[in-house]
Amino acid sequence: MAKSESEITWRDLNIGTIVTEPGSSVDYRTGSWRSQRPVLDSSKCIRCGMCYIFCPEGCIKLDEKDQFFKADLYHCKGCGICAKECPAKAITMAEEEE
Amino acid sequence: MPKRVGMEVSIAVAETVGLCNADVVAAYPITPQTHIVEHLAEMVAEGELDAEFIPVESEHSAMSACLGSAAAGARTFTATAGQGLELMHEVLYVASSMRLPIVMAVANRALSGPLSVWGDQSDVMAVRDTGWIQIFVENGQEAIDNTICAFRIAENKNVLLPVMVHIDGFYLTHMIEPMLLPDRADVDKYLPPNNYPLPLWPEKPVAMGDFAPPVLYSEAKKAQEENFAASKQYILGAWAEFSKQFGRQYRPVECYNCENASTFLFTIGCFSETAMTAIDELKKQGRNIGLVRIRLWRPFPYAELREALKGAETLIVLDRSISIGMGGPTCSEIKAALYGQPQQPKIVDYIGGIGGRDITPEGFIEIINKGIAAARDGRHPEYEFYGVRG
Repeated sequence: MAKSESEITWRDLNIGTIVTEPGSSVDYRTGSWRSQRPVLDSSKCIRCGMCYIFCPEGCIKLDEKDQFFKADLYHCKGCGICAKECPAKAITMAEEEE
Repeated sequence: MPKRVGMEVSIAVAETVGLCNADVVAAYPITPQTHIVEHLAEMVAEGELDAEFIPVESEHSAMSACLGSAAAGARTFTATAGQGLELMHEVLYVASSMRLPIVMAVANRALSGPLSVWGDQSDVMAVRDTGWIQIFVENGQEAIDNTICAFRIAENKNVLLPVMVHIDGFYLTHMIEPMLLPDRADVDKYLPPNNYPLPLWPEKPVAMGDFAPPVLYSEAKKAQEENFAASKQYILGAWAEFSKQFGRQYRPVECYNCENASTFLFTIGCFSETAMTAIDELKKQGRNIGLVRIRLWRPFPYAELREALKGAETLIVLDRSISIGMGGPTCSEIKAALYGQPQQPKIVDYIGGIGGRDITPEGFIEIINKGIAAARDGRHPEYEFYGVRG
């Protein structure tokens, strides 16, 4: 998108506010909704990938470098499902402080 | 050459949808719309119309299927009435805000309760604000003509909006009338192929009906309103082209016997023809009453209505529905349109002809006489019922 959301005028919108840029939802920072953030204790993590499977946002990915599953905090909404499902109790939810 | 036919108006509407080569019909049968969709289903089953007929499980699903169909670029038709229109309600807003050209015939019917399958205009008034272009017809020929016009208006690339064609339930849908059914070649000439600019198409993906956060919702609504207001010139254009090709002219506000009249009756829909009979009768007695009707209900024809009522001293409005606790919906819109105008008529509003209660030419004469007396005495309430016992 050439213009940021706050610069878009009504004249800039497509008919019916149709979105023509595929995959543009990744630009939307759902991470700003979060009140709690998942924190991984890598000493407890068994790399089972349960957090990756359960994450409803699909925002947990395997870090190719250290082979740990990590949440992408730009999109993570802080729902806490990963922490709840982690069999090794390696994820805790920490308050976001702003 | 057009074919002169004598048929039920519902059947004629279905035949017209066939002449317009609709690609998809998604509908749920409901009285008094049933004959329209029954006949369309038959036409598809018999191979007379090459279309998908989607027999959905409810009107909510009918309109939802129409969204998908129109989004894919298919010429889309549906029809409903009364409770069915209400069940569609939330999806109506989606169709218009997504700018999807869908044509819907509405066989106007009363709303429950008490349960009534009969005609009035309560269903229309409940969908005033849904962002659909809305056209009223008064007889079978107008229903045929405006169904054709509706596709042309809806699919115009400068419009791209859904259109309702309001046909009074039973009073009009079930009448057998002489009508001219246009020639297919003439309809083809008038109605270019549908060419939705951003259809659902795998090679060029689009997302429709997305979420708009507070930073965008106002801009989206402003764009919708601007587009809706601008659609009027294309509606007028479609009617002008229709007149050139088929010789029948439609206007946003229609007048009958309005020249030199200072007392006016206002109606909408097919009761207007009965009202004309009453006006002819009064003319024979040397009394000149004008009849003003709205054909284009949305976008609301402010300028044409003000022009038509210029010089009116008394205006008697018949509302065939009631907004409980507020009065007649059409009358309140007329009053709003006339607010601030230099000369304003005295306005008397009658609620009548609801839930299948007929109004005869004698009834209209009675309404006119009562209205004139009430306006003269100046002691009339904001609105009152006409023809209620007790």
